Amino acid sequence: MANVFTRIGDWVNERAPGMMPAYRKHMTEYYAPKNFNFWYYFGSLALLVLVNQIVTGIFLTMFYKPGAATAFDSVEYIMRDVDWGWLIRYMHSTGASMFFLVVYLHMFRGLMYGSYKKPRELVWLLGMLIFLALMAEGFMGYVLPWGNMSFWGAKVIISLFGAIPWIGDTLVQWIMGDYNPADATLNRFFALHVIALPLVLLLLVVLHIAALHEVGSNNPDGVEIKKKKDASGIPLDGIRFHPYYTVKDLFGVGFFLVLCAFIIFFQPTLGGWFLEPDNFIPANSLVTPAEIKPVWYFTPFYAILRVIPSKGLGVLAMFASIILLFLVPWLDRGAVKSIRYRGLGYKVALGLFAVTFLLFGAIGAGKSAEWIPAIFGANADVSGIEMHFGWFLLVIYFGFFAFLYVYTAFGYEKTKPVPERVTTHA
Amino acid sequence: MLKMTIKGFAAAAVLFAGAAGAEEGAGLQIAQTRVGNIASVQSGAKLFFNYCSGCHSLKYVSYSQLAEDLHLSRDDVLKSFAFTGAKIGDQVLTNMPAENAKTWFGNTPPDLSLEARAKGPDWIYTYLKSFYLDPTRPTGWNNTVFPSVSMPNVLWELQGSQRAVMSQAKPGEEAHVEKLEQATAGKLSAEQFDAAASDLTAFLDYAGEPAKVKRESMGVWVVLFLAFFTFLAYLLKHEYWKDVH
Repeated sequence: MANVFTRIGDWVNERAPGMMPAYRKHMTEYYAPKNFNFWYYFGSLALLVLVNQIVTGIFLTMFYKPGAATAFDSVEYIMRDVDWGWLIRYMHSTGASMFFLVVYLHMFRGLMYGSYKKPRELVWLLGMLIFLALMAEGFMGYVLPWGNMSFWGAKVIISLFGAIPWIGDTLVQWIMGDYNPADATLNRFFALHVIALPLVLLLLVVLHIAALHEVGSNNPDGVEIKKKKDASGIPLDGIRFHPYYTVKDLFGVGFFLVLCAFIIFFQPTLGGWFLEPDNFIPANSLVTPAEIKPVWYFTPFYAILRVIPSKGLGVLAMFASIILLFLVPWLDRGAVKSIRYRGLGYKVALGLFAVTFLLFGAIGAGKSAEWIPAIFGANADVSGIEMHFGWFLLVIYFGFFAFLYVYTAFGYEKTKPVPERVTTHA
Repeated sequence: MLKMTIKGFAAAAVLFAGAAGAEEGAGLQIAQTRVGNIASVQSGAKLFFNYCSGCHSLKYVSYSQLAEDLHLSRDDVLKSFAFTGAKIGDQVLTNMPAENAKTWFGNTPPDLSLEARAKGPDWIYTYLKSFYLDPTRPTGWNNTVFPSVSMPNVLWELQGSQRAVMSQAKPGEEAHVEKLEQATAGKLSAEQFDAAASDLTAFLDYAGEPAKVKRESMGVWVVLFLAFFTFLAYLLKHEYWKDVH
């Protein structure tokens, strides 16, 4: 048998001589720093979720019927009458939320350890493009079940384009193909969700990984392992990606799947966070849900819109909050990468930034109505307090980027010496 | 690293626990229903077809599916549930013409297939128990969970009737229902009626997601398998990483 496999291997190698070198370059001879910690699981997990979304998505597409008259019923058909349909659908809906969870943690890792800094600016930019494409993908996927929150969410989000001067209203109608989200909207979102954006996402992911493998991975110490090599040119602090990180990631995958399985089998709606109660009501243009809010992964950005009374300014601030993240590699002028050796100012600023992001998330999810009366008493002016607190958070959110530049460009940051070699492993 | 992992997941667990708690609305009583309790779902089904199905459909549920999921024979299902003369493969629909419903109740009674998913079991349970006599309403009934509801208390012969005890109207505030008290007795005692409401809730919970029973019983094994897989993966990682110094 072994002989047969060797011969097949040789046959392929003769005809595709570039394949084995490519495998070696990206797997067995890709040297990754040996000190990756907890935060380095989320890249491979994001890839796992992407594959899950594509595979479960293909099966859903076999039974889902796009169209205002058919979509909602076809989802219930999948949930009830298609063999294992409920499992496939829950894997897809849970996967969508888990995708954003791991991507947010992955991005936070990048900010903590300076993974966006030279020479990895391109890796960061491609990652940000993936995030943008993912947001579009998530939004359009959310519209497809054609529940009442799908309809009203689509209406609110698409109408944001109406804030663009001159062409706004025309643009909104052009996107929807109607005066309201309707059959035409649903069909084009289906096309974009299952073909266009997945192709873009896959291409960007390939480029993201290719760009990473050109420059090599950063690590929690922010040390460039390529600076110290042994006689044969292998980084002293590097280990082969395969098998060392493939087995380590396999462990991470196992842990992650336990968590996912728990959600899928016992809490598939996660108390209304992953699948919202209002979306079990069919789309109805005459009945507005008590509170229109996006799924949890969009709530931080939605909150920015919510606390700014002017629609135009709100939309501008919301887009700016994402665009500024693209610019982080150039706003941060400091040479030290890892938070371990950076000044106290950066640690505090990043901490505040993360907390602000979470608080914005709570505001966007409508938590103010619960929390503000609990803190300030039943007669508190919820929307007034929310707005003013929101402005305070806006200052911190946007202040983070301004601070990052001033702190690093004018030499205010007092860094610690960065070690020559990585300090820890396992 | 393990410490950080544990901390991270502990934080996630707290977040999820908070999220799961968020759904319980204020003032709702907890419906202690379990879809896995087939006897409860069966008696809930009986209540549904005796008291609800005249007006409310379950369009995503078919009689044959009920037979299979509730461990009943197809003949029994047709005999005890299909009052509309439906066939075994049919959906659970009502014979009431929509226009008549509109004249009689002012509203078409909604399909209840997904009621438990949209409102939650606790809401249904509390709603069923919260009807009270209100002569100002066309049907003579009102409900504290769903004020000015078009539906009368169809379970009144079981529950009896309740009357509202109003609070004193304070300046700047309207009088509101403080609590409900029993006005006339029904066929069932308060505890028996609670159990009946709970059974009906369990049935609607089942109708909202027929896969729920299967999903939860299967989930235990999936999680255990994955936990064991994770343990093996940890050992494998440990073995390989012995080389890394």
